[in-house]
Amino acid sequence: MNAISASATGNMGETRRAPFALIVAGILLAVVLGLTGEPSKSAKFAISPVDSNINLGSISLPVGVVGLICGALTVALGAYALTLLPRRMPPWILRTAFGLIAVAFLVWAAAGNSLNLSSLAEASVVGALPLLLGALAGVLCERSGVINIAIEGQFLFGAFAASVAASALGLWVGLVAGSVAGGLIGAILAYLAVRYAADQVIVGFVLNLLALGLTSFLFTQVIVPNQEAFGSPPTFSPIDIPVLSELPIVGPALFDQNVILYIAIAILVATQLMLSRSRWGLRTRAVGESPEAAQSAGIDVLRLRTRNVIAGGLIAGLAGVFLTIGSVGAFTPNISSGKGFIALAVLIFGRWSPGGSLLAALLFGFAEAVESALSVVGSPIPPELLQMFPYLVTLVVVAGLVGRARPPAADGKPFIP
Amino acid sequence: MTALALVLAFAIGAVIIAVSNEVVLEAWGNFGNEPLRAVEASFEAVGEAYGALFEGALFDPGAASVTEFFAPISETAVAATPLIASGLAVTLAFRSGLFNIGGEGQAILGAAASAYVGFHFGLPPVIHLFAALLAATLAGAAWGFVPGYLKVRTGAHEVITTIMLNYVAGLLVVYLLTMKAFERVGRSAGISPLVAGNARLPELFGGGLRVNAGLILVLCLAWVVWWLLFRTTLGYGLRAVGQNRKAARSGGIDVGATVIGAMSISGALAGLAGACTMLGTDFALSSETAAGLGFAGISVALLGRATVKGTVAAGFLFGALQAGSIQMQAATGTSADLVTVIEALIVLTIAAPLLMARVFRLRAGDAGVSTTSGGWSA
Repeated sequence: MNAISASATGNMGETRRAPFALIVAGILLAVVLGLTGEPSKSAKFAISPVDSNINLGSISLPVGVVGLICGALTVALGAYALTLLPRRMPPWILRTAFGLIAVAFLVWAAAGNSLNLSSLAEASVVGALPLLLGALAGVLCERSGVINIAIEGQFLFGAFAASVAASALGLWVGLVAGSVAGGLIGAILAYLAVRYAADQVIVGFVLNLLALGLTSFLFTQVIVPNQEAFGSPPTFSPIDIPVLSELPIVGPALFDQNVILYIAIAILVATQLMLSRSRWGLRTRAVGESPEAAQSAGIDVLRLRTRNVIAGGLIAGLAGVFLTIGSVGAFTPNISSGKGFIALAVLIFGRWSPGGSLLAALLFGFAEAVESALSVVGSPIPPELLQMFPYLVTLVVVAGLVGRARPPAADGKPFIP
Repeated sequence: MTALALVLAFAIGAVIIAVSNEVVLEAWGNFGNEPLRAVEASFEAVGEAYGALFEGALFDPGAASVTEFFAPISETAVAATPLIASGLAVTLAFRSGLFNIGGEGQAILGAAASAYVGFHFGLPPVIHLFAALLAATLAGAAWGFVPGYLKVRTGAHEVITTIMLNYVAGLLVVYLLTMKAFERVGRSAGISPLVAGNARLPELFGGGLRVNAGLILVLCLAWVVWWLLFRTTLGYGLRAVGQNRKAARSGGIDVGATVIGAMSISGALAGLAGACTMLGTDFALSSETAAGLGFAGISVALLGRATVKGTVAAGFLFGALQAGSIQMQAATGTSADLVTVIEALIVLTIAAPLLMARVFRLRAGDAGVSTTSGGWSA
């Protein structure tokens, strides 16, 4: 990851600076939220789902107290990290500190308002779902050594195809069509970047451009003049699992969603298991780390990469399906609005693993959910700046400020057998 | 090679026009009865669309006056002006081994900065224009510096950081437009006051032709970029880092500083691209300002094979396509998005020279685009 400035002295300096930075951040947090501003105001968090019969009431958190506690804990974490010197700070410390800061920030931003935690959890899962599918697509591609920048284009193509096919031929045809549309872009990427060793990032970028142009063009030419035929495709309705869906917090998020969530969970479990336990998984990792060695062991590198990239496209296309017939229904130009790129950041933050991608996707989904919940109830931060939040989180994540990750060794390098 | 890519892209574009045209589809549905009519309808639809594209881009044979005759070519130059600057930004980054996808955000902020200087201050002629251009240069450079710095210090790949900064820049402009300083008297929020006359790029010919001094500016910029890359120590460093980082380091070049410098200069060029639209044609900041300019610049640079001359030529070609697409949409109702598709197809065929070589049975040596990215750690 750090090819340019990797020098021993630089890393030593960073090791020593990090604990102090935590202590300073903790003090700032405690002072700013705990003592100045409006510490006596509190944010209310309702626990039970909105339409549930069980009512667990709500918790009310005063900004000042939360600020002081989170600040003090952050300082404590920093102090603990100091005692560990000169060893490197373990990554969990920074992650916990970020969590504390996020909680304090959330309470401050929601001060004087009431948020429903069950709704927040549901919005987080809904926001995380396309990111998770995109990141899983990325896992398949990148663990075998192919960078897939075209996830965004696969989302768009999948979303368009699903919306049109579902209008004409029914929901399930729409689902298959959307997935296949993503796979088609994957196939083009594989054809150009794997078979013909063209630059992966450039091909991926141009495929995004192609998908954006083509779907926008077809939207104006085909969907707009035929509103009654294509304007309102059917959508998958949520599968309400009795009792479970009324559970506080996780109920609506996990047990009142449509089929795509359950497909995504199945894909997640399957990739996680197969990547570590199956012959295919071992080969994929071998090809991603050292294609030369894999080839001498008798693996057809290009064929494996091609298959993985196409499979990744099928999964990314499914995320596109979710964006149209899995939620709003109708396709609008650029409906993915950069989610495919955030999925890439999720992949990196999740350290190129399915399980890590799940956690990272949930974090991003949560950031998005908080952003939209706050813009509804109103908060001290202007909405445009709130909307920057997920992108800034991505920036921080890829800058490795929350622990550094190592990509597969042969990631992005064309292989010529 | 490039010509083949063009022909192929336009051929696929023609198919897309035909299959998305209702009249054509109806005619094909009636193929059994009138097979010739279907083919005829296809050619009619494609011919009309491409005809309008041509008339909007080069010249209108039915023009009533000299100005009307030259209006399309003037519009092509107007569209090409920011594209060339934006393409130069990407070309310079490519030469330094970097993929700057952040032209979008850099151009938007460049446009915003030049707009602010343009409407907020009252300066004498020439000075005002240069002040606005300088503001755009600095804003773009700052937005290019950040990903450069992050790459060198933390190893964050510029492809992701620049994409994120694009979104941040877009939202930042929307936020700025809600502020008092950017409010136009008598208008609801969403559009800034008009840039003062002194800060505008003067029209070259007047008389309704919009082609302006921005064209001269970007052609000068092209020369400056060429001079910088091939006649200066800095440019030698940029190219050395672009070709082989390890070798450059052993050669005594400060790779980190060069990467940051390259991203900053690239950002400055993109910022100037934004200024060209703002001070040349738009004159007021809105959330739509400079949208798509940075991405188009990437296509331009790729088609130009990351050479200065090629970038200028590609800028004119894509400028012609853009100017023509507006006419095509107005005259035939074919969505201007078709041009994005054609551009992407052109670049896709350029990006895969080996494939083109196989399709058209050329020698592989005829093609060649430099591979710039070598993975996340590059």
